[in-house]
Amino acid sequence: MENIITVRDCWMSFATKGAQIHVLERIDLDVAPGEFVCIVGPSGCGKSTLLNIIGGFLRETKGTVAVEGAPVAGPDPGRIFVFQENGVFPWLTVEQNIGFGLLSRPAAERDERVKHYTAMVGLTGFERSYPRELSGGMRQRVEIARALAADARVLYMDEPFGALDFLTRLKMRADLIRIWQAEKKTIVFVTHDIEEAVQLADRVLVMTKRPATNAEEVRIDLPRPRDLDSPGYLAARDRIFSIMGMDAHGGGA
Amino acid sequence: MSSSPPVRNRTSFQLSVVLLPLAVAVVFLFAWHAAVRMSGSDIFPTPFEVLRGLGELAGQGLLFKYVVASLFRVSWGFILAVLIGVPLGLVLGWFRPAFSALNPFIQILRPISPIAWIPVAILWFGVKDTAPVFLIFLASVFPITVSSMAAVQNMQQVYLRAAQNFGLGGFQLFRRVIFPAALPQIITGIRIALGVAWLVVVAAEMIAVNSGLGYLIIDARNAGKRYDLVVAGMVMIGLIGLILDLLVRRLEKFDEVRWGYGQR
Repeated sequence: MENIITVRDCWMSFATKGAQIHVLERIDLDVAPGEFVCIVGPSGCGKSTLLNIIGGFLRETKGTVAVEGAPVAGPDPGRIFVFQENGVFPWLTVEQNIGFGLLSRPAAERDERVKHYTAMVGLTGFERSYPRELSGGMRQRVEIARALAADARVLYMDEPFGALDFLTRLKMRADLIRIWQAEKKTIVFVTHDIEEAVQLADRVLVMTKRPATNAEEVRIDLPRPRDLDSPGYLAARDRIFSIMGMDAHGGGA
Repeated sequence: MSSSPPVRNRTSFQLSVVLLPLAVAVVFLFAWHAAVRMSGSDIFPTPFEVLRGLGELAGQGLLFKYVVASLFRVSWGFILAVLIGVPLGLVLGWFRPAFSALNPFIQILRPISPIAWIPVAILWFGVKDTAPVFLIFLASVFPITVSSMAAVQNMQQVYLRAAQNFGLGGFQLFRRVIFPAALPQIITGIRIALGVAWLVVVAAEMIAVNSGLGYLIIDARNAGKRYDLVVAGMVMIGLIGLILDLLVRRLEKFDEVRWGYGQR
């Protein structure tokens, strides 16, 4: 099948205080429609930068980045970014947030979709609440529902569960997989958490530290829901640890 | 709110919020009374004489008339300042060339006290309502403009990116994201501006007009050293200033802006 995202020889550098900082070098990435791809790498390696380039918020210094058959020229309503710091609008209620991308649609259809996706992310009963009245996990659910309600074909998720506690994070991962399987979206998910990547992805792109290049790609051919004690899971996890220069017990290799 | 210690029951809440300020007021009034009596002054009034002065003004219908006159001027100047300051601040905060062009000019005008404009205002508008309205406008338009401008410039980038991601641009972007994101800080600016406007109306009325609480103060002093009426005017200014601030504070309680004021 034709790839939905194609990144070829992507370079990125920033000029700061006179010095050029090279963030990305020679990055290649292909994502197939409906695929769940995780990008992992050490903190500050540029994985968020790569996602921001694909999402249209930053311009690559060199290379080609094409999504859905056209070079990326900017953010697109069909491809919604879910932000680590939470981009839910605090002045709108849950239902107003979820309906934010639907204002050009007829009211009946809008209400229908808002209702459907509110239920899908488990926020029924909180429609009239304001984000400040919700927990961090619930706010991330609102943001995911807002993207789904707007009928985004691709979701870009930048460490969306990074600020949540451990148990909430586990629950959010399970829910995200359920939603992804129901909705058949393409998801590119950035995380520094190797376990998270192995639990979620069809395929993991491992990046080196800055300037980041593709270190390796690891395909995770494990059935879902994934058994976190299965040999296949542990092998994939340890493989990524070793690519990143660590053993699974936290020591340097 | 939920973290208030359980030992603080309703009675102790009333004690600290109602009884303590009341006790301070009683002590203050007694000290004031005693100080006037001991000094033997027959010009500076005791609290009771001030109260009698207020009664006298109210009986003549002057109190109501002057309060309305002052509030009228503040309302006009202030509403004009909001109508011009908020859009101007939003535009300056969003469009960098507009900011570069106008900000130095604003920063030079801003520190000039509205009091310094009084002679100019009289020259331009004469001794009628327009002069104090102009002065109040000048006093309040800068805090409103600057806070609106800063609100847009300090807006969290994530809201902007989310909005652009959903395809918003132009006026829709302003109306649906930039304005609501800036609103809490705009309201704070409006609150500061209203306080300044109320300070300025009194000063303006001392010079440029012949009604209002500021005029009452200067007139009571000039026409027979009626210091009971001077202090009565001061008390009214203080009370109305407090009421105005409480009214604007209510704006901060709306759900659309409460997120912007931290968890208190």
